[in-house]
Amino acid sequence: MTLTPQASPAPEQEEAPRTPADGQWHHVMRTVTSGNALVGVLAVVLAVLVGSILILATDAQVRETAGFLTARPGDFLAASRDAIGGAYGALFRGSIYNTRAADFQTGIRPLTETLKFAGPLIAAGLGVGLAFRTGMFNIGGRGQMLLAGGAAGWVGINLDAPRLVQLPVAVLAGMLAAALWAGLAGVLKARTGAHEVIVTIMLNYVAFYLLFYALSSQSILQAPGTVNPKSLPMDQNAVLPKVLGDRFNLHAGFLLALVAVAAVWWLLNRSALGYRFRAVGENPHAARTAGIDVGRTYVVAMLIAGGLVGLAGVNQVLGTVPSGVSTDLDAGIGFDAITVALLGRSNPLGILGAGLLFGAFKAGGFAMQASEGIPVDIVLVIQSLIVLFIAAPPLVRALFRLPTQEAK
Amino acid sequence: MSQTVTPASVPEAAEPVRIAVVSAKTTVVLAVLTLALAAAVGLAAQSGDTSFRLAVPTDVVRLPTVSVPSTATAWIVVVLMAVATAESLRRYLARRPTPLWLVALFAVVGLVGFLAWAAAGGTIPVIGLLAGSLLLAVPLVFGALGGVLGERVGVVNIAIDGQLLLGAFAAAVVASLTGSAWVGVVAAMAAGALVALVLGVFAIRYFVDQVIVGVVLNVLIVGVTSFLFSQVLTENTESLNTPPRLSAVAVPLLGDIPVVGPILFRQSPLVYLLYMTVAVVTYALYRTKWGLRVRAVGEHPKAADTVGIDVIRTRFTTILIAGAVAGAGGAFYTLVSVPAFNREMTGGAGYIALAAVIFGKWDPIRSTLAALLFGFASNLQGVLSVLGSPVPSQFMLMLPYVVTIFAVAGLVGRSRPPAAAGLPYRKG
Amino acid sequence: MQLALRDITKRFGALVANDHISLTVEPGEIHCLLGENGAGKSTLMNVLYGLYQADEGQILLDGEPRHFSGPGDAMAAGIGMVHQHFMLIPVFTVAENVMLGHEATRLGGTLDLDAARARVREISDRFGFHLDPDARVEDLPVGVQQRVEIVKALSRDAEVLVFDEPTAVLTPQETDELMAIMRQLRDAGTAIVFITHKLREVREVADRITVIRLGKVVGEAEPTASNAELAALMVGRAVELTVAKQPARTGDDALVVSGLTVTDAGGQVHLDDVDFTIRAGEVLAVAGVQGNGQTELTEALVGLQQHVRGSIRLDGHELVGRSVRDVLDSGVGFIPEDRQIDGLVGAFSIAENLMLDRSTDAPFVRRGAVQRDALEAFARDRLTEYDVRAPGIHTPVANLSGGNQQKVVVARELSRDLRLLVAAQPTRGVDVGSIEFIHKQLIATRDAGIPVLVVSTELDEVVALADRIMVLYRGRVVGIVPADTPRDVLGLMMTGERPSGVSA
Repeated sequence: MTLTPQASPAPEQEEAPRTPADGQWHHVMRTVTSGNALVGVLAVVLAVLVGSILILATDAQVRETAGFLTARPGDFLAASRDAIGGAYGALFRGSIYNTRAADFQTGIRPLTETLKFAGPLIAAGLGVGLAFRTGMFNIGGRGQMLLAGGAAGWVGINLDAPRLVQLPVAVLAGMLAAALWAGLAGVLKARTGAHEVIVTIMLNYVAFYLLFYALSSQSILQAPGTVNPKSLPMDQNAVLPKVLGDRFNLHAGFLLALVAVAAVWWLLNRSALGYRFRAVGENPHAARTAGIDVGRTYVVAMLIAGGLVGLAGVNQVLGTVPSGVSTDLDAGIGFDAITVALLGRSNPLGILGAGLLFGAFKAGGFAMQASEGIPVDIVLVIQSLIVLFIAAPPLVRALFRLPTQEAK
Repeated sequence: MSQTVTPASVPEAAEPVRIAVVSAKTTVVLAVLTLALAAAVGLAAQSGDTSFRLAVPTDVVRLPTVSVPSTATAWIVVVLMAVATAESLRRYLARRPTPLWLVALFAVVGLVGFLAWAAAGGTIPVIGLLAGSLLLAVPLVFGALGGVLGERVGVVNIAIDGQLLLGAFAAAVVASLTGSAWVGVVAAMAAGALVALVLGVFAIRYFVDQVIVGVVLNVLIVGVTSFLFSQVLTENTESLNTPPRLSAVAVPLLGDIPVVGPILFRQSPLVYLLYMTVAVVTYALYRTKWGLRVRAVGEHPKAADTVGIDVIRTRFTTILIAGAVAGAGGAFYTLVSVPAFNREMTGGAGYIALAAVIFGKWDPIRSTLAALLFGFASNLQGVLSVLGSPVPSQFMLMLPYVVTIFAVAGLVGRSRPPAAAGLPYRKG
Repeated sequence: MQLALRDITKRFGALVANDHISLTVEPGEIHCLLGENGAGKSTLMNVLYGLYQADEGQILLDGEPRHFSGPGDAMAAGIGMVHQHFMLIPVFTVAENVMLGHEATRLGGTLDLDAARARVREISDRFGFHLDPDARVEDLPVGVQQRVEIVKALSRDAEVLVFDEPTAVLTPQETDELMAIMRQLRDAGTAIVFITHKLREVREVADRITVIRLGKVVGEAEPTASNAELAALMVGRAVELTVAKQPARTGDDALVVSGLTVTDAGGQVHLDDVDFTIRAGEVLAVAGVQGNGQTELTEALVGLQQHVRGSIRLDGHELVGRSVRDVLDSGVGFIPEDRQIDGLVGAFSIAENLMLDRSTDAPFVRRGAVQRDALEAFARDRLTEYDVRAPGIHTPVANLSGGNQQKVVVARELSRDLRLLVAAQPTRGVDVGSIEFIHKQLIATRDAGIPVLVVSTELDEVVALADRIMVLYRGRVVGIVPADTPRDVLGLMMTGERPSGVSA
């Protein structure tokens, strides 16, 4: 039999420990929030390794030399080294520091790109993570971001007001739209028991078509006189300001994400509301018995989670791509957020770290595609592998021949 | 105190006492739908006739095309819907549930009325609409069957989308390389099983949450297939991404039956494989030793363990079969629909299949019907956009998803998933 | 077939659940395995049944060493088990449950249900069980479900039959019937292992008794041994079988329940027109077999039930229709029957669990923030006061033993200003030391003038704590009787019979 580290001392109770009906979420919590840093590092190493194999296997040069592997092994090794070295060199130069740059300002630019990409990942990751802590799986990041982008974009285009008014209103409108959209899933779960995984997935599609409709209607968001589903660019007063001057793309969205990290940390670890979120997430039965309104807690948690994901959508529309709202404004962040939250173990600081890492992958991935011709999709592969490995510490331990954790 | 025991004065109720509890949900939904159609017809009245074409040019026996006045028909239908709603209300007030036949009748009549209104002045190719629906539903049905098998054995399979996508990819590449579409189908099934194997290793062997593994696997497969597509397929389109097609083949005799023939029996061989799969899965699940064990493991794995059933192995083999079934659905995309692989070409169909599983209450037949319904909704959208319907196409496209939300939020009724679905099994 | 266990040792990490346990069961004998909760009885049986692998030791059948790598092996060797938590698939029929794992099939793996039905009928006729092979198990009463378990084991020709705490869910009458079945099986030559912690049953049916404590065999006893002797052996010291308490000094009617009816979402009635009153300073104990409305009663009192009619008045204030929060705030303390599901958040620390039902305002929350200093000081005090054995207040409660977990729940509930205490199964799955402690706390609560409602399926506990006893059967009050009512009368009342001279 397998004893897991978190197994309570089974023989102490002769009654078989009954699993609460929502036990699977309890299990999610454990998967998400337990484990140690070493496994995290090894998971990243393992994922990068698998990514390397994928790059090698598909590299034309490597495949060619592999044909003469026995005759000329040197060529094969050199080709492999070039492919891998080129790929990860480009990844580094694209995400941290461009060693080939003429001056420091150009050299450090990739790092600011990493931060730019990390901003929405962190915000959305917090949204998913907060829902996790409350025992819900928010797969609706995409839909929430789309509606946030649509709402923020509408305000950013149409509200004719000074910067101090228009920008905050646009940001809040976006967050509110996403909050309500996520809250809908919360209400359905609380009132009817509809599983939020299904509902949020479905709401993604509904949101997509809603935004598509809005972008196809001249009276709502579509740029006048065009046929494409795209809006006008944002009013200058609604664009998030650049943080490091115009030479860098890094905008205030990243700072908003940092504020969100601090706020969520306080909420979860210090506030009574966060305490109730965690209680409901860990054991909804005990929470209900203790007088906590579980349904309302779900709704409130989803509202806040949606708001956080909305911040990511706002980040895109008002910061990274202010040239106009489109239906691909989420840029896959809604799903990336799930991996960020999992890697960060739904802990705000962990999410910050995971968001920075994946931001670096994103920035570097584009550089890798541009300079080495390796499709940026490799980043998606590495990201999802990291999460898979993180979620299965025994597998990582077995692969690296680490001692298994002593059962308590 | 003296106490002697006398026969029970508490009534011996053989059956537990029950008080009928009837939900108003169905009645409310019927009323909302009736009002919606009434509003649509009232606010955006259409003029002219609507024709329903019941034959295709190749029919041996050709049925005539039926034409009805658009607005009048729609109003008649609204009245009929109102009558059905009233009947539902009457039953609710009498504390009786609304029967399924009433809901089904309501749906069919309502649909006719909606079409009469939405396609005013045009002709609805009924055969094409239904045959196309069936075809569009093929990956959904395969996916849903895979989902049903997985959940019945206690493994929630969110990775259906990944199985469809990798199946589509494998079918395209292998069929291109071998020149045989059927080898492509086999490859698609193997690809689906491969995804299931990974799901199994993580979810069953390492107790990782099944929903998380499923979602992450979907992302992983999008990444892998997109990567390989850009890196390998686009440079070798001729040799790797030009699969032969599984074109429609008419079944002799059956294909000549009016209306039914062209819809059901002039389809791609993959559709015929689908019929067989539905039948086999249903029979195996409910009538065989294997099925009994699968259901036992999904309901109460510990009980199954205590009678000597290997829970882990049963779960593994079942999800491998489930993966192969779902993978076969992937072949639809590259061997039937478009003869080439493209990135993210399933468009999230796996999630719709998942919805069909729930909508179909974890039953293979009902889930198949649910998947067909979704196929119908998406095909209807296509047909109506050609006819120029007053409903924006985006809202039609939204329909399956909205329907699913309504379904999980209550229309499904008191449905019960397999008790152990989603829970990892740990011995002891 | 003779069963012998030799020096079985089973460890879980540092904990030794079974420490060199040896045991021999002869054919045609009922061998009792007696021990308190957590003594290691079930672990031993799970080793025997192949669910756990022993770290050391041997299992011998008729002198032959056998190795079971799973329950399938054990069953094939002729060992059957009637599990404490029935191992039945609720949505399957009786026949399907019985055939599962050794299915009769026709061509192509198709199930032969007719063969399974015939087998069920044959075995159940042999013992006069009257089982309908096509009934769905979830629709059957608990006692009948247990018979399905027995038929399941017998259908595999079990020669050694293990009954794991089989009487926990039965009425005294059903228990008697089960005893008769066990004797019948014994006389047919089956070797029977009977696991229990109930002394009375042991003495009634056992041919031999082995007592285990803390994973070790501490002795064998004759069926003629007295309760006190057996209890002392089981616990390792002299045990007070009764709770020391003064006669109740009761005050006015505090809790007045009238016409209380509880239904579930499916319309099934669980509590039917229940009336009772508890005075201040009095313990009303509710007796009855599990599943006769006790759970619904306690949950309705706290506001956890959705469909409630009737009236619950506490000190004149109506509680029906109010939220759980309101009910708790009006001074109701609640010890739920399943601490792991309803009482505690396993992953939370002891301190965090102690504020579970006070997470909105003072003393632990101020302006939306948790007051951690106040909470920790409070937790440290409770840890000492309630004798919770734990490394510290930040230990997750999931790591505590059952008894210590329950003390955390009791500490939390008794630390509020109470006007009513509702305690459901307050000592289920708890060691004897903790039972004594918790009983004292309940009596102290009563003596402080608070009305106390105790629900227990253990008649001993009911009798020990009660000032008055209310018996529930199928959701109705059979009667409310004095605490000194004879056990056989209580037993009959638990089957729905109302003694004359008792008013409902």
